[in-house]
Amino acid sequence: MTGIFPLQVSNLTVAYQKKTVLRNVGFNIPEGKLIGIIGPNGAGKSTLIKAILGLVPKVDGEVSIFGGSYRNRRKQVGYVPQRESVDWDFPTNALDVVMMGRYGHLGWFRRPGAEERRLGMECLDKVGMSAFSGRQISQLSGGQQQRVFLARALAQEADLYFMDEPFAGVDAKTEKAIIGLLHQLKSQGKTVLVVHHDLATVEQYFDHILLVNGELIAAGPTNETFTPENLQRTYGGTMALIKGNAASPGYGGDASC
Amino acid sequence: MLNWLAGMLTDPNVRWILFGSLLLGLGNGVIGSFSYLRKQSLLGDTLAHASLPGICISFMLSGVKSVGLFVVGAILSGMVATFGIHAITRYTRIKQDAAMGIVLSFFFGIGIVLMTHIQHSGNGNQSGLDKYMFGQAASMMKPDLYMMAAVSAGLILLSILLFKEFKLVSFDPGYARGLGYPAAALEQLLLFLTVVSVVAGVQAVGVVLIAALLITPAAAARYWTHRLGVMVVLAGLFGALSGAAGTLVSSALDNLPTGPVTVLSATSLFVLSALFAPGRGVIAKALVSRKVKSDYVLQQAGNSPELQTTVKASGEEV
Repeated sequence: MTGIFPLQVSNLTVAYQKKTVLRNVGFNIPEGKLIGIIGPNGAGKSTLIKAILGLVPKVDGEVSIFGGSYRNRRKQVGYVPQRESVDWDFPTNALDVVMMGRYGHLGWFRRPGAEERRLGMECLDKVGMSAFSGRQISQLSGGQQQRVFLARALAQEADLYFMDEPFAGVDAKTEKAIIGLLHQLKSQGKTVLVVHHDLATVEQYFDHILLVNGELIAAGPTNETFTPENLQRTYGGTMALIKGNAASPGYGGDASC
Repeated sequence: MLNWLAGMLTDPNVRWILFGSLLLGLGNGVIGSFSYLRKQSLLGDTLAHASLPGICISFMLSGVKSVGLFVVGAILSGMVATFGIHAITRYTRIKQDAAMGIVLSFFFGIGIVLMTHIQHSGNGNQSGLDKYMFGQAASMMKPDLYMMAAVSAGLILLSILLFKEFKLVSFDPGYARGLGYPAAALEQLLLFLTVVSVVAGVQAVGVVLIAALLITPAAAARYWTHRLGVMVVLAGLFGALSGAAGTLVSSALDNLPTGPVTVLSATSLFVLSALFAPGRGVIAKALVSRKVKSDYVLQQAGNSPELQTTVKASGEEV
């Protein structure tokens, strides 16, 4: 470890209109890990990512990426938004979308060329989508669209990735492909933060977790942090049963088949 | 017909007006593609209607019919209208479509009141101002044409230069911001270009119908292609064709305003596209679904034992 954290957040507070969505969130993310951001609906998981990336204004707090501001480090940051955030009937094809990942490196006015096409195809190949490069994006299935978004983030060639619910509404095959990719990124020393919903797979997928519900409930290595007490505090009493199941060691194994 | 066309084209005045309306249609089609894809088609219409009070106030303050001043006035009132929509959606529970409806009719109402006031003021200069309602390409002077052509050329040039940026911000503005592009500024620029293209066309096509030149060619072009670049060029061509048709027909027939003819031409192109475009067109879709159904019926016939015999009897391999 170099001593510089890929991501440091301190005292982060975000509010929409009058409602405070996140209060006083602070944590450090270690390098080269897969980190799950876990919490109930409306807990502010997506907002946390968006505030770090400067997509929503923060009321207070500091965000440091590899020791610098997001503005200066943004070429080291890759982002996978929620699939529903765009209109897939846009007139463009899969490769074109992936090449958008290079727009930040290209800068103003310059168009993507042969080099960008090559890299774009390579990234599509990594997510198993090279056969669909010329396909109009509305004619892709939900899982394929999600993989195109992942390939676009890969094309950014970043060191720190943020993924907003990449597993939402995808089939088992895509979920496996995404997990394989996450491990590949990790083995290259990249750090990946993933907003995640399915408690059953948390222990299996992530090295570290952030438990969020309006504030940071707990953060740390999954085996120490994914405890019934912490889940109780994150989800409240109504989640007692599911939480008990999810936290039992055997459950994650059963779900992996 | 050809003689009539050739006769008209020898008139240098008509040639100029034709050239201007071609460029205008081209520029509107190009910018309109981005409005259409950003689902802001109605915003163009609101801005067009909102330009009327701006034009009237410029005239009342200056006392002259200067296109340059009108453009400034129209842009200012367009900006006030955008601000109004923004304020309504932000501070009330009213959604954007209702906010646009309110602002559009309010500004148009003010425009009509001001225009009526001007027409009864006895100012000799005012004659022709009413042409801004439905447009009269034939009434345009050389300087107006230069202005219109220059603005349209500028719009097209900017769209070529910033094609990549406009594409990114139209498809995924959040991602654009993440990459470090000033998405909000680019969206503002697109909005500003929409205002400019609307205002540039107001004299030729009129405030009431100019939005059609923005939206309809883009909607028609979307039927033919799955590539943004092709769509933008096609929308430009459809717009140019509609503009030219509107100008020629309204110049040939006295007292026929240009706007309605332009809009009818654009709409014809849209109907043709919606019906006959391969892939997305109504007819192509109907043919595909019929083929899928008949294939399915054949397949079922192949799978069910009692029908299998009849199929086999007729010598078909399953």
